[in-house]
This record gives sequence, structure tokens and C-alpha cells, in this order.
Amino acid sequence: MPSDNAVSSDNAYVALSEGGDDVRWAYGTGFADPLEGVDTAVPAGTDAADLTAYCLMLGDDALIMSHRLQQGCTDAPELEDEVALANIALDLLGQARLLLSRAAAAEEAANGTGGGGPAGDSDGPQRGEDFYAFFRAEHEFRNVRLAELERGDFGELIARLLVFAAWRLAVLRQLTSSRDPVLAAIAAKGVKEVTYHRDYAAQWLIRLGDGTAVSRERAQAGLTAIWPYLPELFTPHEIERRLAAAGVAADPAGLRGEFDDVLAQVLPAATLEVPDVPPRAGVAGRTGRDGVHTEAMGYLLAELQSVARADPEATW
Amino acid sequence: MVSGTGRTVTARAVAETVTDPELPMLTLADLGVLREVAEHDGAVTVSITPTYTGCPALDAMRDDLVHALHQAGFGNVEVRMVLRPAWSTDWISAAGRRKLAAAGIAPPGGAPRPVTGPIPLNLGPPPHPVWCPHCGSARTRLMSAFSATACRSLHRCEACQEPFEHVKEI
Repeated sequence: MPSDNAVSSDNAYVALSEGGDDVRWAYGTGFADPLEGVDTAVPAGTDAADLTAYCLMLGDDALIMSHRLQQGCTDAPELEDEVALANIALDLLGQARLLLSRAAAAEEAANGTGGGGPAGDSDGPQRGEDFYAFFRAEHEFRNVRLAELERGDFGELIARLLVFAAWRLAVLRQLTSSRDPVLAAIAAKGVKEVTYHRDYAAQWLIRLGDGTAVSRERAQAGLTAIWPYLPELFTPHEIERRLAAAGVAADPAGLRGEFDDVLAQVLPAATLEVPDVPPRAGVAGRTGRDGVHTEAMGYLLAELQSVARADPEATW
Repeated sequence: MVSGTGRTVTARAVAETVTDPELPMLTLADLGVLREVAEHDGAVTVSITPTYTGCPALDAMRDDLVHALHQAGFGNVEVRMVLRPAWSTDWISAAGRRKLAAAGIAPPGGAPRPVTGPIPLNLGPPPHPVWCPHCGSARTRLMSAFSATACRSLHRCEACQEPFEHVKEI
């Protein structure tokens, strides 16, 4: 053991009983800004309001998908897979925290004060990660609809996770060379994590599809259920298009080939067929990126936001 | 080191004693998350980098660093996040690897090399052997790429039949 300056971090109970002026509980002192000390200046020539909205898009994708995975994490075929789903959900939650914090910093740059910006019409002085997650209304969330869809069985969850991870990995890989150094750094970390998510989902989809008659039927049904929401992933919103032209965002329209190559390795190995179903249209062409969601989104947010809204002053 | 205040250690030396909350056999320095400790006019700035973006241990690390430095007499402590370059298991020190193995956790192999094009899909077992930390056999099997913490995977040794964890390469 080192000198008497050491903290007894190897024993939580001893650490808790140590004196000092710090508030300590069993797991640290709460959550600090995940971008503490990071230079969040908006790069020259980048529209701060666009950057705010874009970070919300990517952050909301991660937050909402994480929530759906959390719901599946006590309902998987094996304990190991419940642990795996929880880990993947945690990675995505971490990405969401960074991206929503990045959105908050960009919004502050856009508005000076931060209140009532382009990200939504909810007023409030403190627009940090918690505000975005817990106090926005449904139409202010910009996630793709794929993430929010009502939870199906394990076959559906795995099909959705494969499509989500293969798409997100392509987006994040592109973003590692973003002109926004914060977005590029978040993407570089995310790429490492989502590579594991995609491998996990691909291996499971093959196991299910090439498994028993029942597992194959369920995997095919899951894939068919989420397939109508796939074209939305590759249809750029005008903000994505503008920021991609400025070298800040990834244009999803250019990523379909990379995505299709991945699916072409997995689906034949899983003996699954590419579903022949029409895309699910939005409302007057507006979809998740515009804040137009499916019926499932309201129920999801009611659960996600209930504790924070019951006691808005609470901190943790 | 600041003279005349009764301190006999540098802020760096103190920061280097702080251990990871979930891998307590490793110091933050062993793990490679402690990036910089700067002392200036009695104020200390510690820069750390997250292992995984969602790792809840990060807040505990930050808290433990502040606590240790306060205890050592450094009153003004700031902990900053460094996101770039992203943490890699290649940054775990040789001493850290030995400590992991001694604790029954297989240390990571080399991290995947960056690729220029699309990242290849891996549909098979891990691309390199993982040695059993109990008996040293390479006849081991991946049970799950995800385990009790974000950074570890779960394996089983087919020679000695023992399960073990492995710090997976990123």
C-alpha cells in the first residue's frame, strides 16, 4: 500500500467513513458535467443552432435506444445476455450524456443565455443533459423512430440492435473527422463501443435465424417489424445536410452502401430474408428528426421522465 | 511540490496512489486514465480520460482524486476530462497488466488497429487467444463479450474449467 495519503478506495465502507469536507455516498458525489474542462467552443463557420439540433439528434438516438435496451435487460434468454444488454444500454447512455452536454454548450453559444432556443420551446435557464432528457416534450425529441418502437421479443430487439448499431457505427466513423473537435472525440470513443454492439447483435441474429424453426420465425418477424423504419435512417434532415456540407456532420445518405454490406454478411448467414415491406411514411414527410414520432414515444417518455418530473428540484 | 506548506509529496505522487473503484488492484496511473497532473501556485489540475463513455466509475474516480489531494493538503483541486485521444487498453501499464493477471483477470492483448475504411464485422471468436489467468492455458472460450463492468468480457478455461474475466481490447 502507498503512503498515508492514499484513499481507502479498495473498501467502499472504509472510504465512506473517512472524514473530510467532501460529501461522499456509496458511489461518488453524483454526476458531474461529462465535458468538464473540455473546450466546447463552436468551430468557426458552424451554425451553433444547427450544431445544437444535430447533437440532440445523435444524443436522442442513443438515449431512446438505451431506454428500450434497459427494458429488455431482465427479459433475455440468458443471464449473460441481460448483462450484455445492460452494458450496451450503458454505453449508449454515456454517449447520450456527452452529446446532450455538447448540445447544451452549443445552445449556450447560439443564444448567449441558453433560454428558449431552437432546440425546443421549453423555457428554462438550465439546459443541460438532464433538462434535455427529462423536461423536453415529445415533439422536441429528434431521435429516429426506429429507436422508440414498442418493444417486441428478443428476436425483434436483436434485429433492431443490429440495424441501429450498423447504422450508428457508420455515422460515428464518419464523424471522427468532423470539424467539431468535441463531436469528433465523442465519435472516436463511440466507434470502439458500437463495434462491440454490432458484433454482438450480428452473432445473435445468426444464432436465432440459423437456429430452430421458432427462433428463425421470431427473428424474421422482428426484422420485418422494424424494416419499414430503415429508410428514415438514410434520409438526411436539412440540418444534417447543411452541417455535412460544412464538414461537421455525417450525411446518412452516403452511408447506405456500408450498411448494406454489413447486412449482406449477416442475413444470408442467418438464413433470413430481406423483408419486402414498404417504408413507414412520416406525417407530411416529417419523421423522427423533425420531432414527429410514433405512438410508442409518448409512453416511453412518460416512463423515462416520470421520476424527474415528480420532483423537478431533485438532484442526484 | 510546494515548499513551506508542510507537504512532502507532489500532487502527481498523490494522484498516482488513487485506485480504480471497480478494479481496485490498479491505480488510475496503471490504468492509463491519469493523463496529467499540473501544479501551479498551489492549485492542482488533474486531467483524466474516460475508459468507456458510460462508465459510472468516472465520477467516483474524480471524487477520489479530489478527496486524496484534499487529504494531502492540496486545497484547490480541479479535475478535467480529456476526450481526445480516446482511451485504449494499450495504455494499461506493464505493472497494471501483471496486477490484473495476479487478481485473476486476463489482461488485454493489443487493441484493434485503426482502419481507414469500414470497420470489419467479427462473426467469430476473439481474433487472438486469451490466456487463462489461473492455469496459463490458451484453450479458453468466450462466454460473453460483456461482463460485470463495461471494460470486461467473460471467458471459461477448457483446461482447468475455471471461469474468468478479461479486460477486452478497445
